[in-house]
Amino acid sequence: MEPISQAEKQLTRKSSAPGLGQFIRAVSAVIWKDLAAELRSRELLSAMLVFALLVILVFNFALELDAGTRAAVTAGVLWVTFAFAGTLGLNRSMAMEKDRGCLDGLLLAPVDRSAIYFGKAIGNLIFMLIVEAIVLPVYSVLYTVNLFNPGLLLIILLGSIGYVAVGTLLSSMAVQTRTRDVLLPVLLFPLVIPILIAAVKGSTGFLQGVDIADIRPWINLLLVYDVIFIAVAFMVFDYIVEE
Amino acid sequence: MIITVRKLVKRFGLKTVLRGMDFSVASGEFVALLGPNGAGKTTFLRILSSLSRPTMGQVSIAGFSLPHQAAAVRRRLGVVSHLPLLYGDLTADENLRFFARMYDIAHADERISDVLEMVGLASRRRDLVRTFSRGMQQRLAIGRAVLHDPEVMLFDEPHTGLDQDACQMLDTVLQEVAARGRTVVMTSHDLARVGDLASRFDILSRGVITSSIQRSDMDPNNLLAYYRQAIAEA
Amino acid sequence: MESKPRMLTILDGITILLFLTAVGMVFFYAPLEAVMGQVQRVFYFHVANAWVGMLGFMVAAIAGIAYLRKGDRKWDIVGLSAIEISFVFFFTAIVSGSIWARGSWGTWWTWDPRLTTAAICELVYAAYFLLRQGIDDPDRRARFGAVYALLSFISVPLTFISIRIFRTIHPVIIGSGGSGAEGSFDMSPRMLQTFIFSLITFSIIFADLLWHRIRLGKLAEEAENLRLKTLQ
Repeated sequence: MEPISQAEKQLTRKSSAPGLGQFIRAVSAVIWKDLAAELRSRELLSAMLVFALLVILVFNFALELDAGTRAAVTAGVLWVTFAFAGTLGLNRSMAMEKDRGCLDGLLLAPVDRSAIYFGKAIGNLIFMLIVEAIVLPVYSVLYTVNLFNPGLLLIILLGSIGYVAVGTLLSSMAVQTRTRDVLLPVLLFPLVIPILIAAVKGSTGFLQGVDIADIRPWINLLLVYDVIFIAVAFMVFDYIVEE
Repeated sequence: MIITVRKLVKRFGLKTVLRGMDFSVASGEFVALLGPNGAGKTTFLRILSSLSRPTMGQVSIAGFSLPHQAAAVRRRLGVVSHLPLLYGDLTADENLRFFARMYDIAHADERISDVLEMVGLASRRRDLVRTFSRGMQQRLAIGRAVLHDPEVMLFDEPHTGLDQDACQMLDTVLQEVAARGRTVVMTSHDLARVGDLASRFDILSRGVITSSIQRSDMDPNNLLAYYRQAIAEA
Repeated sequence: MESKPRMLTILDGITILLFLTAVGMVFFYAPLEAVMGQVQRVFYFHVANAWVGMLGFMVAAIAGIAYLRKGDRKWDIVGLSAIEISFVFFFTAIVSGSIWARGSWGTWWTWDPRLTTAAICELVYAAYFLLRQGIDDPDRRARFGAVYALLSFISVPLTFISIRIFRTIHPVIIGSGGSGAEGSFDMSPRMLQTFIFSLITFSIIFADLLWHRIRLGKLAEEAENLRLKTLQ
């Protein structure tokens, strides 16, 4: 093994927990980069937001419902909206890396591949949560429904985590194919059906004041899904980005 | 030898691009890798930069072998390809700051200032990369590549798409980069430029190195003739 | 190019024999079910088809893991073949399930967990084929196929469970009900024998088809190889 050059000794930090510290640093660097870039261009968020609000409006006309029925379908409408707006965000986030060859730049860095995955996934999650945070009050106002329910917010958080965990994986695959944007929803939706079912039933449960014991199974399902897929993503991401 | 490649084979499905290539570079050498389109230059460089895995054969850089010790190799590599690998929506400063964090560089502020000086972009540090000309983006890309002071630098046709002035500025930077005793492997189409920079010229044709000549053994003005002859013989 | 192996020809013969026997058993050996009549006979093939479909999915997921770890292209062929065949089996299961539903409750479709999950599997397979179609590089195609097969194989049980919970909390009454939402009934010994025999027969049909399909895949690759050689 060659001795490390003087210059290199000066330049690289000596951290006490090199592996984990560096990992966390890399993850936060990726997140910060995505947030900073988005703050400048606002492309991603504006696209997701406009789309989400349009979908809600379309639902209003497509499903002409009285107040009572509307309360029952609120969760469904919200989650369909989030699912579709979510694919926009996922696509854009990865396309940004692929188009200017930036993905190579990330892969050249001496960090564990999964740091890239976690950085992108958490960035995607933040964007999705921002959109949800704006859509919820708007929906509340438009349809006079009170959506500020801690249980509901918990479900939305858990559901978004699972969605983004799988979505980031699949979008890293989709972005490397010819059919790109079209392919992501096709790949993603069959796999996130458990989330959609659990999230909608859980949300409706909280909104209608159902007994917590009945909502429990849905929360558990979401937790199990999230844990399983984050673990699997960890193991599988390398194979997606390495050539 | 800081770079050693033995019997390197790379296949994409059923298509073989590199056919048992042998290649080695001593520390401090500046090797120009020339060859016709489709010879496998970019593929080879991608394997050296650890972005692509060899199908067969051995590759070792600075004592670490690819693909198993890829992380150690990456720390010692600086790569510039013909895509800028930069984020358009961030400023030059922010781009370098990001990579400084990814490469875990100490005294980042100082280092970034030094690098920006070296590539002649200190005055544009707070401008969005999106507004840079191609030449400026290439120079910033080189800045990004030397940020962590790598021992080995790989350039994939860096002069592509640059006008005369930009090329000249690029060459100045390249000379400075090489002067610090770094090892450089550069692929290029532009024989005229390469003649002034490199200390050795290798020809890659049909997936193998067909000839290699030291600058001291030939007249750099005859590079074109030499190249044509080497290709014809292959 | 190797010629068709002896074992495969023998397996073909066994498969055909078993299938004919199974059909015979279904129509002549198994007794007529009291409530549903002749329609009930669909049951034997319906469940066997679904079972084999699931088996195919499992083979594909395992082949996927094998490919990722070893990089040997033969695993990619196995995975693709398994999913192709499974696609057909699930389709047959869905159609026979539909016939069953019609016979039992008068509707062409029920949203029961098993049928719905089978339909979702078909969508997953369609996505798998689309994914492969959009990739030119064979190695990447194999890698992504393997990853997707694995991911979807993990999500399908979760899908099934979520639909199940959905149904127990909100039972949906389909048509005229009958004995439970899935239309179960008690099986006499002869029914059980026919059922198990069908299961075994279809598993062997699966193995036979898989072997043929893998051979086809390998031959196709050899042909492609030779073609490229002549070009270079």
